[in-house]
Parts: sequence; structure tokens; C-alpha cells
Amino acid sequence: MWSDHSRSMVYSGSDTVWSDHSRLIAEQNPGPARAMPRQALAARRDQTESHRPLPGWSPPVRIALAATCIADAMFPQAPQATVRLLERLGHQVYFPEQQTCCGQMHVNTGYFDEAVPVIRNHVETFAPALDGEWDAIVVPSGSCTGSIRHQQAMVCRRAGQERLGATAEALAAKTYELSELLVDVLGLTDVGAHFPHRVTYHPTCHSLRMIRVGDKPLRLLRAVEGIDLVELPGAESCCGFGGTFALKNSETSTAMLGDKMTNVKSTGAEVLTAGDYSCLMHIGGGLSKLRTGVRTMHLAEILASTQDAPTFEPARSDDETEAAR
Amino acid sequence: MSTFLGFPTRRGAKSLPDGGAPPGTPGTTVGPGWATDVPHPDAPLRWGETFPEAARQALQNTQLRRNLAHATSTIRAKRAAVVGEVPDWEELRDAGSTIKAHVMSDLPQLLEELERNVTARGGVVHWARDAAEANRIVTDLVKATGETEVVKVKSMVTQEIGLNEALAEEGIAAFETDLAELIVQLADDMPSHILVPAIHRNRSEIREIFLERMGDAPPDLTDAPRELAMAARAHLRRKFLSAKVAISGANFAVADTGTLAVVESEGNGRMCLTLPETLITVMGIEKLIPTYQDLEVFMALLPRSSTGERMNPYTSLWTGVTPGDGPQEFHLVLLDNGRSKALADDVGRAALHCIRCSACLNVCPVYERVGGHAYGSVYPGPIGAILTPQLTGSTGRSDPNNSLPYASTLCGACYDVCPVKIDIPTLLVHLRARDVDQDRGRPTAWGAAMKAASFVMAKPGRFELAEKAGGVTRVLGGSTGRITSLPFPGSRWTDARDLPVLPKQSFREWWADEHTASDPETTGDAR
Amino acid sequence: MSARDDILARVRAAVINDGAHLGDAVAEQAPVSRGYRTTGEHSPGSAEAIEVLVDRLVDYRALVHRAATTEDLARTVGELLAGARSVVVPPGVPTTWTSGLADGTAVVHDSREDRRTAAELDHVDAVLTASRLAVADTGTIVLDGEDDQGRRAITLVPDLHVCVVRTEDVVHTLPEAVTILAAHPTRPQTWISGPSATSDIELSRVEGVHGPRTLHVILLG
Repeated sequence: MWSDHSRSMVYSGSDTVWSDHSRLIAEQNPGPARAMPRQALAARRDQTESHRPLPGWSPPVRIALAATCIADAMFPQAPQATVRLLERLGHQVYFPEQQTCCGQMHVNTGYFDEAVPVIRNHVETFAPALDGEWDAIVVPSGSCTGSIRHQQAMVCRRAGQERLGATAEALAAKTYELSELLVDVLGLTDVGAHFPHRVTYHPTCHSLRMIRVGDKPLRLLRAVEGIDLVELPGAESCCGFGGTFALKNSETSTAMLGDKMTNVKSTGAEVLTAGDYSCLMHIGGGLSKLRTGVRTMHLAEILASTQDAPTFEPARSDDETEAAR
Repeated sequence: MSTFLGFPTRRGAKSLPDGGAPPGTPGTTVGPGWATDVPHPDAPLRWGETFPEAARQALQNTQLRRNLAHATSTIRAKRAAVVGEVPDWEELRDAGSTIKAHVMSDLPQLLEELERNVTARGGVVHWARDAAEANRIVTDLVKATGETEVVKVKSMVTQEIGLNEALAEEGIAAFETDLAELIVQLADDMPSHILVPAIHRNRSEIREIFLERMGDAPPDLTDAPRELAMAARAHLRRKFLSAKVAISGANFAVADTGTLAVVESEGNGRMCLTLPETLITVMGIEKLIPTYQDLEVFMALLPRSSTGERMNPYTSLWTGVTPGDGPQEFHLVLLDNGRSKALADDVGRAALHCIRCSACLNVCPVYERVGGHAYGSVYPGPIGAILTPQLTGSTGRSDPNNSLPYASTLCGACYDVCPVKIDIPTLLVHLRARDVDQDRGRPTAWGAAMKAASFVMAKPGRFELAEKAGGVTRVLGGSTGRITSLPFPGSRWTDARDLPVLPKQSFREWWADEHTASDPETTGDAR
Repeated sequence: MSARDDILARVRAAVINDGAHLGDAVAEQAPVSRGYRTTGEHSPGSAEAIEVLVDRLVDYRALVHRAATTEDLARTVGELLAGARSVVVPPGVPTTWTSGLADGTAVVHDSREDRRTAAELDHVDAVLTASRLAVADTGTIVLDGEDDQGRRAITLVPDLHVCVVRTEDVVHTLPEAVTILAAHPTRPQTWISGPSATSDIELSRVEGVHGPRTLHVILLG
């Protein structure tokens, strides 16, 4: 079930399941000496819109990165920036190389049976977090975080894989989207970034309505030095991506994309940012097609940017392009 | 073909031009500024083509796009304002959601309780397994009165069963009295919205329709909404005052008292529910609420979600027959028509919680662009995408209703506004899985792709190999770094979007270089 | 098998719990959540509740008047109906309420036992009734068909409705109203929130369609 409207926890029945389960895991797994996981879990249990930084916490936090399949293969700059940012903040980042994908694409297209082995791989990859190997799992994607939190366990259980589902649920309780990790767990809004550009922010649907990150990304962006952050009209409207929707219903998708691009252009921004590279691939693909000159960058890329190591490339030589967006 | 003044006879969908005909298409009614969008189909829950095909045509209808954008943005703003002023809105939604869940699990007892209470108060309860049986019951009841005309209150369920057409075949004229339903009926059209069936029409189209089809519209009629509404008032008043039989739906039926509720704005509902001698109410078996007290929840949720009002202008509540006040003969027809089938799916059944407010349509970015007709059912929009396929079931792989659960980006706006918290995105995904599972015996391109992706992503080694193979995209992209044109089906993406070529180095390669270059054995560890 | 038995059998089979609960069944096990407000902050008949009611009524284009006493009420009724040739009145309306009517305004009587036809009512200019209660939060007046409110037809067909709301009957919230109405749930009820209206043409609100196009509310007390 999706997150509830006004609460950051999940919908009715499963609400209690989540809370109880995370408590169970915390008790079963004393975790590392710093007791960070227990606190983080406590924070999840009574989540409210504004989290206070965890008392008594100090770096380094050991953070496992779920890079997401799409960013790993197509947009490595987002997980790279996530690594640089968290390391700059003094934390230890781990990349368990067994990882591939969270299974969302399969789930959302209805291929539940095919999703199970993918989910199993994800769960096995990150299971050491339950034994205290890592304190938290970070995902630079609201959409993948949403799938981990709201779909994995359901799909496993429907396939009769009760234990896998329970483990997936326990891991989900330690999994954070990037802005959640920074604001809720690490207690930060100013990450010391420098980004002297005009930026507009698209709050992707799953960040906004599936996991309800609220204004955390905006709070992080507002604290960036030099940024000219402008509001995106119609920000909460879907860009029309919807995974395979863009292929199965490509014309409706295009109609939605057109309106989104019009709004982006109206801001005069140089950069469109978001917490999901899937949506950025979609909007960015349209912006590129029309040669608008607006570029797309993941939230992590802006937060990773400093005066000494800026992430903004004014222009890319065609040959050296990592990814034309 | 129309019989008279636009009263329709049944038509086969196959004889129609492809789906929504553009204005002026030969064979449809031609007026200067309007044309029948969807003439009456044989199956009100399954007409026309697949969603993507129907949407393709709707997207090209400039007038429709503009009408929808204007109407949905207007009502979204109204709803947001009146919901925002309720401090306990979320608690009311919780109550609505949990009450409806209990209605589903207690449905057998609640139906019997309702029947008992309606009967005790002088009403007669009928049961109908499907549309044909319901139509037969209603037709017989009307015939028994000797009348050949009935007035109707707007009702989704009678649209669902095609009651007007069934009555027409038996020589009974049914007059729709809701303004929007009147517009749709005069235009020989189908509704495109649950609440505002003529949302696809603008004022000038409505003026044309009235002038051409109403028969007694003032010749100097302008397109001012007030004038149009007054023309409808004058047109219908004689009908109301002389009608002997009325047909309605019901917004709620209260099991513990046998009370029925109709929620409306114009007063046409009151006219139909009060003045005739005989009242026939058709309702789906899921529209129950357990107790009279529960009205305090649903009457708080429905109007604000629906029309964006604190309360709708008129709500009528009646229980059986009241001697000396209102119809002295009351029939209640309880309709299954696929509902018990939907109920058997313990995930999918949440679609039956729906109270038909239409808030999900108004916020849906897909509905806003394609309108209701593209869904090929009287229930359009997000709720239609989960309700319609469950009511009809699937007739096989060519069933256009199979495409409905895919008619969404899963953006979740529908769930946010649903007054009874139907988790529509989760239900859409659930129904996609049902669709995939029923089609497993057949090889499809999608299935092959998904199976391949599953195989690749289940093991990291395979995924890495696939990433390396993806270097081929660099060839496609040439020196531009972007792929601007792919053959079908990739063209569905590249028609409007460039696709980036894969980078020279994947993230995992970068990680290996950066973090483990000195000691390959520690791959996977932090430095 | 009759349709009734068939449908009930199908429904029973469908809701049997098979233990594989993933969706709705989870919620079914949860008790009904009733965390919403069941009373408002303003007590029934309080000046604050009435202020809210007036605000809502005016917002929906009802015309609101105050009458401190029955004499005030009679005078106001007389003024509002000065141009009316006839007014229909249910049997339970006190005769004092109509004592201020002009000589030219005929009083038409209607009751469950002595009913005017719809056509007759169509020639009556106005209707005067009391009300069961009013809900401040939503600007809603409820009629429940008792003798001072009359048959539903009389408040529907005439084009102008003068409705008297006793201030002690004004409650703040909907749940308070439903609790009162639940004492007699089977009475035929009409909940009225402003005059009839439609938004069917481009979502543009037009007041006054089939129901009375003018609604006067007199707050008594």
C-alpha cells in the first residue's frame, strides 16, 4: 500500500505491520556499538513531517548504496554524486556489488513472478544490514525507495515467499531515499554545497505521493550556496513517464510531457532537478529533443557540487558526453 | 438512429466510425459546432477500441482538450479549498475507508437487513443478477403502471445497464432530467464523467445541441450558462409535473433503517423522487452503509470531494413509502452485474468501496488529457480503470478492457483525493498482474522482454554483461551522445524524446576504479 | 434458484475468508476508525454557531433574515411575501407566523390528508415552513416532513421558499445533526444547502434550476 496522505507512514493495516516489524528487528539485531540503527528505526516509527536530528549521533555512519539499475547503467553521475556527497560529510559508503535492481519495473508492469528473483537478489545483497554490517541503506531514487517500501514484501508474499517478504520488509525499514537520509537520519539541510545556477525542482510523483518526502529536497536545495531556486508551475503534475506507460501509452505520455516541458521552460531555469533519474530521463529526453538547452541533474549532483569541485558542466563535447539528457 | 428528439435506439459499436468521431464526420449528427462523440453502444462497460487507440484520437480533439483542461482545473481548485477547511478530513477518510471495508465483509447480512427494512416500510425489493435481468424488471414495472414515459434522475448504474435503450425498445421513453445527462441524451452521446457527464462539452456546443434537439428551446438562446440552465428548466418542468413514474439510482442505502439517499444539486432529483406516483430505484449491491449514523461520515466526504461544495444543494432521504407524502409505490432493484465477482478478489474488491464522487477523475493527468470516452466504459478515469475490468471480467486477450489497468502512470494523485482511500495505484498494479497471469500461456514481446530482464537482473554478473553490451547504444548515438530515432517500438519513445547513449563507464565500473583500484580483492568494501 | 438466493450465495462465497489476505481483508480486520469530530466547538444555538451558519448560507446565495420574536417573524414574512399572490403553508405552522401577510396573499393549505396536486402547487408563488434543524458548518437546513414542514412537494414546486430556523435548532457540525435526526430516521428528509444550483456547464455555477430559485431563511430567536 502507498503511504498515507498526511502521514509519512504507510496505509492503515500495514502501518502497524511496519512499526512492529522494525521494532522486532531492532530487538533481534543489537546492531553496531554506536546504536545508530536503533535510533534510526525509532525515528522511522514515529515519523512526522519534521524530523529532528538524532541526538547523540556522530559520523561516520556506514551507508550501503543501492545505486538503482537505471542510474548504474545510464546515469552513473547520480550515484557517483551520492558517494561523493556522503563521503564529504564524513560517512562511509559501501556499494555491495551483487546488486542489480529493486524489481519495480517488473512489479509495475504486472510481472510479479518475474519480479521475485530480482527482489530476492536485492534482499540478499542488502541483508547484511540486518546483521549490523551497515547502519542504513540509501537510494538516490524516490521511486525505487517506494517499491522497496511498498511493493517488495507484498509481491513476495503473494508468491508464497513469506520469509523473503519479511526480510524485505525489515530491510525496507532501514532504507532511505537520499533526502530522507540527509534530513531525517543525518539531521542536515545545509550540506555545504555550492551551485551558482538557476534551478527548478520537479517533485517526482513517487517521492511526493508514494514515500512522501515532502519539502525535504527543497529544504536541501534552499541551503545550497549561490543557487537561484525558482518554483516550477504545476510542479505536482506527473511528467507522463510512468515506466512502461511512456511506451504503452506513448501519445498520452507525450501530451503530459509537453505540458511539463512548457512549465520548465517558463521558469528560465538552466537546470531541472529531481530525486529520480527515471523522470529526469523522460523530461530530459523531451528537453533534448527540442534542443531547449535546459539540462537535467539529479538532486545528488547539485548537493555534491562545491566551489572546488563543481558538477555543472557548461557544455559537453559530443564525444565526451556521459549521457545526453 | 434516433427515434424522436434524440431518443436513442441501440446501436452496435461496430457500425461506428473509429471510436470518437471528430466533429463533422459523415454519419454522425452534424451541427455547426458539435457531433455525437460516442453513440450508444451495445455494451456500456465495453465499447470501442483499446485505451491507447481511443486516447490517440481523443488527444487530437482540440475542443475536447480545452474543455477538459478548463473543467478539471476549475473543480480541482474548488475541491482543494473546501477540503482544506476541514480539520478532521483525514479522520473522516479513515472512517469512510474502514466502514466500507466492513460493508464488503458483512455484505450478505447487510443486504438482507436492507431488504427487511425496505419491505417493512412498504417498499418492494427486487434482485437482478445482471443488466438484462435488471432491465427486464424495470421495464415490467413501468409497463404495469400503463405509462409510456418516465423521468430519470442521473444514475451511473442505469447507464451501466443501458436502461434507457432497453426501455426504448419496449416503447417507453425515458427522460433524463439532470442537466448534463439531458445534454448527453439530446446529443445521442455517452457520458464522459461520473459527476459531470457532459464535461466534454462547452457552452457553445450545448447551445447548438439545445437549439437542434430540444424542440422547445428559445430561438434567441445564447450560450450563457444561466440561459442554458433556464432553457432546461422550462423544457423539463412540464415533464416533472405530469410524470407518473420516476427511475433513480441511489448514493447510499442504509441497512439498519432501509433508508435510501440521493445527493444532487438541481432539484431534478427531488422532482423525480417526490412528485410521481411510482418510484423505481436501481442500485448496485455495494452501495450500502451499515447505519444511519454513518451518514455523518459519507455526507461529509461526498459533496466536498465531488462538486467541491461544503454540502450539495439537495439531499433526499426516504424510507419505503410515507403515506400521503411522495410516491406511494416504491421498488428497489438490487443489482449484481459483476459485483460479486469483483468481491471475490480480496485486493480488487476495494474498487467497490467507491462512492462515485469523481475526485479521482478530476485530478488524473491522463483523464485530463484524453477525457472519459477513451476508457470505453461508463466508468472512466482511475476508478473506471480498476472497476470496469473487474465488473466485466476479461473475454480474452483481445478484450479492450485489458488495456485499462495500464492507462495510468501510477502517479498516485487519485489515491490522495479518494474520500474512502481506495489505493488505486496498488489496485492498478494488482490488475496488471492478473492480466499478465491470465495471458501466461501465450508468448508476447512484453513477456519475453520482462522474462529476459528478470533473468539478467537476478544475478549481478549477468547485469554487468548486459551493461557492457549496452555499449552498442554508443554506435546508435553516433557522436551526438543522444539517440534521436529508433525503429518501432523504440520509436514510441524517440518520437518525442531523445534517449541517452549508455555512458562509457557504468557506475559499478567507476566504483571499482575509484574504490578498489589498489586492491581488487576488496571489491565491495569501502575504502 | 431465485436471483435473490443466487446473488446472496455468490456474495457469501466471495467474502469467505480464505486466509490469503493481502489487501482489503487487512483493513476489514481493523475496527471502524472514528477519530473525526462528533461535536463542534460551538454549542447548539450559540451566537458563534449561528454566525457560521449565516456565513455559509450567504455564501450559497440564500437570503438570511433575523427575527427576535414571533411578531418580528410575522412582519418579516409579510415583507418577504408582499408581492406573492399565494403561499402554501403546512398544517403545523403557527397561525401567528402568517398574521403579517398582505390581504392580497392567499394562504393555500396542504397536508398529507388534503394534498394539493403538483399542477396546483405550480400556480402557488411561495411556501412558508419551519425546519427540523440546521447545520452551521455546511449551511444545511433539514426538513423532515413533520407538520410544520409539510409534504416534500410543497417546498419543491413553488419558486420561493421562506424557511424558518429556530436558533436553538442550529448545531455546529454534521454528526450532531445526524444524531438528532437518527431519532426518526425513516421520516422523509430533505437537506437543503442554498437554492438549487448546477455546475454542469463548464463547471460554472448557476443558482436556481428546478427547485425554488429563491431561498429566504429567517432565524427565529
